[in-house]
Parts: sequence; C-alpha cells; structure tokens
Amino acid sequence: MSTPYEIVIGLEVHVQLRTQTKLFCGCSTLFGAPPNTQTCPICTGMPGTLPVMNRLAFELALRTAVALHCEVAEFTKWDRKQYYYPDLPKGYQISQFDLPFSADGYLRISDAKGRIEPKKVGIIRAHLEEDAGKSVHDEQAGQADSRIDLNRAGTPLLEIVSMPDMRSPAEAKAYLAELKLLLTYLDVSDCNMQEGSLRVDANVNLHITTESGKVVATPIVEIKNMNSFRSVERALAYEAERQYEAWRETGQELGEVPKQTRGWDDAANVTRAQRHKEESSDYRYFPDPDLAPVQVDPETVERVRSALGELPADWRHRLEVTYTLTPYDSDVLVNQGRRFVDYFVQLAELTGDGKLASNWMQQDVLREMNERGIDIVQFPIPPDGLAELLEKVKCGAVDTTRGREVLLTMLETGKTASEAMESMGIHALDDSTLIELCRELVAANPKLVADVKSGKLQAAGAFVGQAKKKNPNVNPARVREICLELIQQM
Amino acid sequence: MSLIELSATQLLAELEARRITSVELTQACLAQIERHDGRVGAFLRVDAQGALQQAERIDQRRRNGEPVGRLGGLPVAVKDLLCSRGELTTCASRMLENFRPPYDATVVARLKAADAVLLGRTNMDEFAMGGSTENSAFQKTRNPWDLERIPGGSSGGAAACLAASMVPLSIGTDTGGSIRQPAALCGVTGLKPTYGRVSRYGLVAFASSLDQVGPLARTAEDAALALEVLAGHDPLDSTSVDRPVPNYHQTVRRPLEGLRLGLVREHFGPGLDGEVEQAVREAVRVYESLGAKVKQVSLPHSKYGVAAYYIIAPSEASSNLARYDGVHYGHRTDERALADELAAERQALGPGREDEVDSALVRMYRRSRSEGFGPEVKRRIMLGTYALSAGYYDAYYLKALKVRRLIRQDFDRALAEVDVIAGPVTAAPAFKIGEKSDDPLAMYLVDLYTVSANLAGIGGIALVCGYSSGGLPIGLQLQAAPFEEERLLRAAHMFQQATDWHLRRPKLP
Amino acid sequence: MSLSRDQVQKVSLLARLRLSEAELETMTAQLGQIVGYVELLSELSTDDVEPMAHAVELSNVFRDDEPRGSFDRREMLSQAPRTDGEFYLVPPVLD
Ligand SMILES: [Mg+2]
Ligand SMILES: [Zn+2]
Repeated sequence: MSTPYEIVIGLEVHVQLRTQTKLFCGCSTLFGAPPNTQTCPICTGMPGTLPVMNRLAFELALRTAVALHCEVAEFTKWDRKQYYYPDLPKGYQISQFDLPFSADGYLRISDAKGRIEPKKVGIIRAHLEEDAGKSVHDEQAGQADSRIDLNRAGTPLLEIVSMPDMRSPAEAKAYLAELKLLLTYLDVSDCNMQEGSLRVDANVNLHITTESGKVVATPIVEIKNMNSFRSVERALAYEAERQYEAWRETGQELGEVPKQTRGWDDAANVTRAQRHKEESSDYRYFPDPDLAPVQVDPETVERVRSALGELPADWRHRLEVTYTLTPYDSDVLVNQGRRFVDYFVQLAELTGDGKLASNWMQQDVLREMNERGIDIVQFPIPPDGLAELLEKVKCGAVDTTRGREVLLTMLETGKTASEAMESMGIHALDDSTLIELCRELVAANPKLVADVKSGKLQAAGAFVGQAKKKNPNVNPARVREICLELIQQM
Repeated sequence: MSLIELSATQLLAELEARRITSVELTQACLAQIERHDGRVGAFLRVDAQGALQQAERIDQRRRNGEPVGRLGGLPVAVKDLLCSRGELTTCASRMLENFRPPYDATVVARLKAADAVLLGRTNMDEFAMGGSTENSAFQKTRNPWDLERIPGGSSGGAAACLAASMVPLSIGTDTGGSIRQPAALCGVTGLKPTYGRVSRYGLVAFASSLDQVGPLARTAEDAALALEVLAGHDPLDSTSVDRPVPNYHQTVRRPLEGLRLGLVREHFGPGLDGEVEQAVREAVRVYESLGAKVKQVSLPHSKYGVAAYYIIAPSEASSNLARYDGVHYGHRTDERALADELAAERQALGPGREDEVDSALVRMYRRSRSEGFGPEVKRRIMLGTYALSAGYYDAYYLKALKVRRLIRQDFDRALAEVDVIAGPVTAAPAFKIGEKSDDPLAMYLVDLYTVSANLAGIGGIALVCGYSSGGLPIGLQLQAAPFEEERLLRAAHMFQQATDWHLRRPKLP
Repeated sequence: MSLSRDQVQKVSLLARLRLSEAELETMTAQLGQIVGYVELLSELSTDDVEPMAHAVELSNVFRDDEPRGSFDRREMLSQAPRTDGEFYLVPPVLD
C-alpha cells in the first residue's frame, strides 16, 4: 500500500465509570430505565441545588490514570464549561479545564499477529466530568419537537485524550482495544459501547508528501458518532481518502480553515459535515465555586499504584514466562479478559501443563462460550472439572478428539469427566486387549505392513483409523506404538 | 409594649411561660401586615392560613407538655430566594413566577425543624441583584421610616417587615451587603455569617462563592438565636464547613473584656456622609466607654473591592443563571409567537440567507430569557458573560480573583491586630426611590463598605447606631475574623445594652 | 475602555439574551461605563498573587457512592413548561 500520505490520528475517549450513583447526586446510573425516572433536583439543575462529588468516581478515575502511567496532579479543581443545550440542564457541564487531575501518560499497543508494529501511544490528559442527558430528535429534522431525557445527566465520565500518535486505522483500533481491555482489567467501567459507556471521537488529518518532496498537513477534522471499533476503523479509512481528495481539489492546508466536525454515517459508510450555525464556541470556563478542589498526595498515588494488580501487559508477560506460552497464545488468552485469565491460570496450575490448558481454552472453551453466548463466569464447568478431563487426556485414558466429545457430554449433562466417560462407555483399555486388537489388524493388512517395512511410517496411521472403528476408546498413540513394534518383530 | 414590639427572645420566653400563645402572636403579626403592608410592600406572599395552622399545632404541643423546637411558635419571614418544598419560590422574578421547588432549602428545613411559624415570603431585588429592592419584578418595597425611600436591598422586604413590626425575625441572604445594608437603612440588626457557616443548599444562587444566608432581627440577641438554628454543616453543600456551632444565644450576653476595636483609615475618606461619620464615631466612643481599646488599622485594597466584586459576582451570576432557559422549569416564551417571528424574519431576509436567523431553539432561549429577566439581571448576565469570554478572562476575572486574595490578606493582617473592625455600613442613609435608577454604577458604589466581607469570606454584622437629622437610621458595621460570629454578636449586644437606638420604631401612618 | 455595539450584540447571543435596539443602546453605554470603572484594578500589580476562587479554602469534599433515590417523574416534570408526560419537549434542536 503506497499512499502519498501519512494519516495522523488522535483519539478522545469518554468512559462511563462504574458507580452506582451519579457524579454529584444519589440518582442511579443504571442503563435502560424509562425516560426521566432517574433524576432529582440536583441532576436537573434546579435552582439552589448543589453538587457533592462521588468519592468512588474520583477513585476509579485515579486508578485509571495511574494505570495509564499519567502524572497525577497534587492539586486539581473543577471548572464549568458553559454552553446552551437542552440536555445540559444547568447550562454548563462540570468538567476540568486547565488543571486536570492527570496528564502525560501512555498506553503500549501491539498485535500478536504482527498487523501493526508495537508502539507507545501518548496520553495527553485524563479528566473527570459529568455526562449530559439525551436528546431524541425527530427523524425528519425540523419537523417535530426534540424530546429530552435527563436520566444520563450527571453520570460520571472519564475523558481520556491521546496524543496524535496513531498512523493507521488499525493502530487506532488496537489502541481502543487495548484501552478497553485495560479498563475492564481495572474494573472501572463496563465499556459497553452499545449503551454508550464507551464513546470515541477521533481527530484526523494527513501529512502529504508532494511531488516536490515537501510535506503538507491537511486541516484537522473531528469525527463523531462512531458506535463500534469496527466503525472507527472504517470511518478513519474513509476520512483519509476524503481528505486526500479534498486536498487535491482545494489545496487547503492546516490552519487555513477552522476545525471541522464530521459525523460518521455507518449505513452510508461516509463522514458528513455537521452543521453548526451558532457562534463559534466560547465555553467561558471558570472554576466551579460550588465544588472544593481535590489534593492528592504522592503517597495516595503510590497506594493506588500498588493496589492496581496485574494489568494486561503484566499478564501477557507472566503467561509467557510461567506457562511457556507463545506471545500469540498469551495475547489471545489475555485479550479475553481478566476472568478468562483467572480460569486459565487455575487450569494450568491444576494440570501442570500450560500449553495443554491454553489449547483447550482457546479452542474448546472459547468455542462453547461463543456458541452459548456466555462469558467465562457463566461457563458451567469450573476449572477443577475441566482439569479432571485434561488429566484423562494427558495420561492417555482418552484421546483429544474423544475428549472433546466428553466435554460436550459434561456440558450437556452436568456430569463430571469420569461420569461422562462412564456413560459414554469409555474406560481405559488394558494393554493386553490393545495388543490383541493390534495383532488382528497387522494380520489382516499385509499391504500396510509392507509399506511400513519399506519405510513409509505414515502408513501406520491407517492402523489407528481402523482400530478406532473397532473400538472408539483406543489410545491412538499407543495403537501406533504397538503396531510398529509388532511389524518390527515380523 | 405591644406584642409586636417585643424581641424574638422576649416572645419565646412569653410563649414558653404560656403567657401568650403562638396563635395570638401570629394573629398580631398578621394584623400588622394587614394594616401596613399595603404601603410598605415588604411581603410578596403571606401564608395566613398555613401560619395559623402551624401556630395552633405548636400551641397544642405546648399545652400537652410536649417539647417544641428552638423557635417554637415564633413567626419568621423568609426571603423569596430560599426554596420551600411545594411552595412558590419566585426570587422576585418573572422567570420563576410559577416555580414550586420539590425540595426545601436546608435553612428552611432547619426553621421548620425548629418549629418556627413561616409567615410569608419577603420581597427582594430580582435574584438578589440590587441594593434597593427596586429591581423586584413584582412590587416596590418602601422604607418604613420614610415611605418615599428605599429600604435597601437586596433583602429589602426582610428588613422592612422587621422595622414595621410585622414579624420578630426574618431570614435574608447577603452576597455583597444584601443583609447588612437593608438592616442599616431600616434600623434593625443584620448578620452576614462567615462563608461556609450556613448551608447554601436551596438558596437560589446569585454568586456562589459570595452568597450566604443570615438573620435580620431587632437585636443581636435575636440574631444569635437565629444563627444557632441556621448554622451547621450540611452534607448537601460542599462549601459548608464542618465545625461545631457555638451556643450563640447563651454567649451573646457575655460582654467582651478588653475589646480591641479597629477603625479602618480608608473608611473615613471623602464620600462619607457627615451625619453617618458622626454617628459611627459616636458609636466608637460608646465602645470606649465600655472599656474597648480603639486602634487605627488599614485595609489598603478596600478601594478595589467594588471593582473586583462587580467582576466576580456577575461572572458567577452569568453562569448560575444559564439554567433559566425555559426547558426544565421556569418561564418559556409563547411558541406560536416565536414561530411567527422567525418565519417573518426569514422571509424578510430572502432565500439563501435563512441561516442568519437564530434557530428555533436558540430563539426560544433568547426570547424566554429576555422576557423572564429584568434589566438589572440582564445587565449583570451581560457583564459576567463578557468578563468570562475568550480574550478577557485574564484581564477581568482572573485579575479580580487575585485582588480578592489581596483584600482577604488585608483583613487577615488587620484582624491580627484587633478583634473587631468597626465602620459604616453605607456612606449615606436611605436614598429616594428612583434616585439612582438610571445610573447602575452609582448604585454599585453604594456597596463600597459591604462587598469586602463577601470577597474575603468573613462575617459582618450591621446594627443601627443613630439617626440622621431627617430621622433615617444609620448603621454601624462590625467585622471579625472567619467563624468569629460569637465575637460579633457579643460586641453588638454590648452596644445594644448601652444604647437604645435599636428600640426605636418608625411611626407608620 | 469602551465596548462597541457589535461586541454587546455578540455577548447577548452568547448569553442567550435578545436586546431591542433601545436596550442595546443603553446596555452598550452602561457596560462601557462599568467596564471603564473596573479597569481600576489594572493599576495593581498582581503577578505573584494566587487567585482566590473560593471564600473558604476546603479540599477533598466527597460523598459516598450511595443511592439516595430519584424523584417522582411527575413531580419533576410538573415544573416544566412543556412535556409529554415522559420527556421534556423543546422546539426542534436540528432545523
Ligand atoms: Mg468531554
Ligand atoms: Zn439526581
């Protein structure tokens, strides 16, 4: 792919923090309640009401900032960002302006499949603010009233602003995936994009190398309304092409036009300019006199840091080192989330075989989870139950293929591995039975015997197939071993 | 003396001793209101029925020997800026003409818990913006000492109803002098507590970092009683301070030994009315006769107070009043007229230029706000919006916050040398209604002596210390270090024990 | 320093106010006068002074994350100029 430009991407992510109540009042933050049933005089900005900050919201924000390697400010304050919109009942949003509680962090991104080069994406700042309510507009713009629901107004949001460090839509996607993973490991947010608890805006422009070798930058565009990581990737790819075409047409460079905001239309697969005929925004930020500043001493930051626990990057490393997994395998496991890794670790410890545990989790457990639409916490077989099965596989009591069938029986019936095998008639065959079986096969297949003797060892595989037909519970490796021995003795 | 002339402390003693009933007292107040408020205009609404029912309940409890609260059966008037659940709370504004908050202000809840009889809502400057109560959207309030004159403001109704003996106790708010200045001009006692001493929850915000609730009363003793009920930490107000509330009503009677009284050099400059200066100096001599040591102190930045105040207060106000947008409560413009207006404007501009006209939503905001707010409120919103807007923030707002710090430091230094600062409340007695209506700056300069306490966050008390040759009250202001309300009240009480200015009553026609 | 009529016009939009021609005239003059007065502050040197945004210097004031129960929707909407019983209604935001 040789484009004459480089795409430059910075992302602004808003994450809803996992609190029971709103940032400044005791209303619930649960998603999906009937409109305007989770409000009170405070979150609707009624006259005389005052905000009091939710301690947990601040703690979750702090935990995230520390995990993002941000510098935590010793002194932070709350500012009012002022603009008029019907879903903003006070006429201002309580946010942070010049003294955010954290700044200057980074997030490492990489891809085990090698689709992107590993890199560090800088975090400019992370700050805490309140969400606005929701405006429901008529399909036919301008035809009917807009309807306002303030249930979401006042929900705590953490805004995380990245540096413009990403150079491809794939990098942007990797950043978002890693950020989401981190947030779920930290247990600070459920990161549900459908419910709006994770929202992404992108700032994009191009650095174009002209024929004369000069590099020019196109005007920065902010893209909104992207409802999935997939749509972020597509919107960025589209926008790069669009900006390149626009530049070829107009030659407009950065600084020559005001920053534009465009909305992503997922169905049409395009970004569209958003109309704004209001005066250019002047938010008139000033410190909120209703809220006291917050001071965070270095000891508190240290305490938060040491209580973070292992984060995705730590886990990847640990799985590679402790269980001798490949980077790819550990990446797949870790990306499935914290609970999945917990399950894996228990399974690996119980079986003493990380590789085996990893294979079964990646293939069988994951497949069953997907098919059943459940997560690991809901997976019906606990680690020790699955470990029992893996032990049987390891000692040859059952082979992998047959073991999978045992797993299905366990899932369907709730039986333990032994019970399932019992019900399936699987019991370990003693060697004398196996030898008898193999003798019969060798006697009945002179052609195969000749092949083996002439050095075509793979022909022994056919004995295994035939043995399984006669008795599905044979151990394939043992069958092969015995047959080869018998042929050698001939 | 008739019932309505007694102090709240005396009345509570009478009620406790069951020599009078709350119903009798409430009826006496209602009769006085009935007789005079047509001319004075102190009350926006009087809840005669509710008050009498409450009075009856308290009397019943007393008869049954049940305990009653600190203000059991005492009629109290409340400024119409303090929310009362389910009742109109208008802030003297068209914007909130029909607003009934579904919650109580913490101070209202405290008054209710103290078993006060809430008699009615007093008039004020719209959203507490003003110093004459002429800015009420509903009515003018007149000074009971001279009906041609203003009662002061913004708590003008709160002071006038006391002066006119309509109620023994009333609650006001003070952002730049709004309790002390009308108290002085109406000849009563008004206390602005230290910022954070009394909860602001449910006090409809004008300038959040300056607003404070406080009592207006006939005597310092009554103010002490009221403060004891109002003060205290409130978990609903992040700026309310969690520290114990002294027994103000008990300690107020103890005179201050060896009081160090400070006179501010800058307070006695040009512009101070001669009679006011004379009355204040005479009051200082009274203190000297009571053993006080008088000392000159300096507040070198006091001349910048009004300028800093008229940046900070309007800036905060422009933000606090942004919520009145006609969406969630309050006034909304007529939407038919709005649609017609827009259609006409678009047509007049012709095709292709429709975008030059406001959107329906923006015009809805602009019309609703312009119809709902009066001229002074609009002026301050404009001033504050301008001061906070891009390019001006540093020169105005940030500069004012720095000057505010200097003013606070002045007080810290001065109050390290003296216990109490004494001086005038206003440069002159009450002016005539309409006299300054066309000159907002002249009106703002009236706040010269009072705004500094709000900027610094310290407490101040105003009490009458004499009368002009025209028979108008003159106020004395005492200021002390943060959370030294006890000292202010004791100092004021000492003065009232030695003088009788506070016992005079205007002769109402 | 005085304000221009145009500036005042712009501020009125920012503040979501609408001033008649006469009001605009008066407002321009009065704001100019007040702004002229507050210029007084510029004679003070305040370079090393910390701004004072709060009258009482508290910090770290929090509440616990405990639900307090919301208000009844009917009660909340009863104060609104126009609703459909579920939502607040406003003229079309996009038009
Ligand atoms: Mg934001
Ligand atoms: Zn709420």
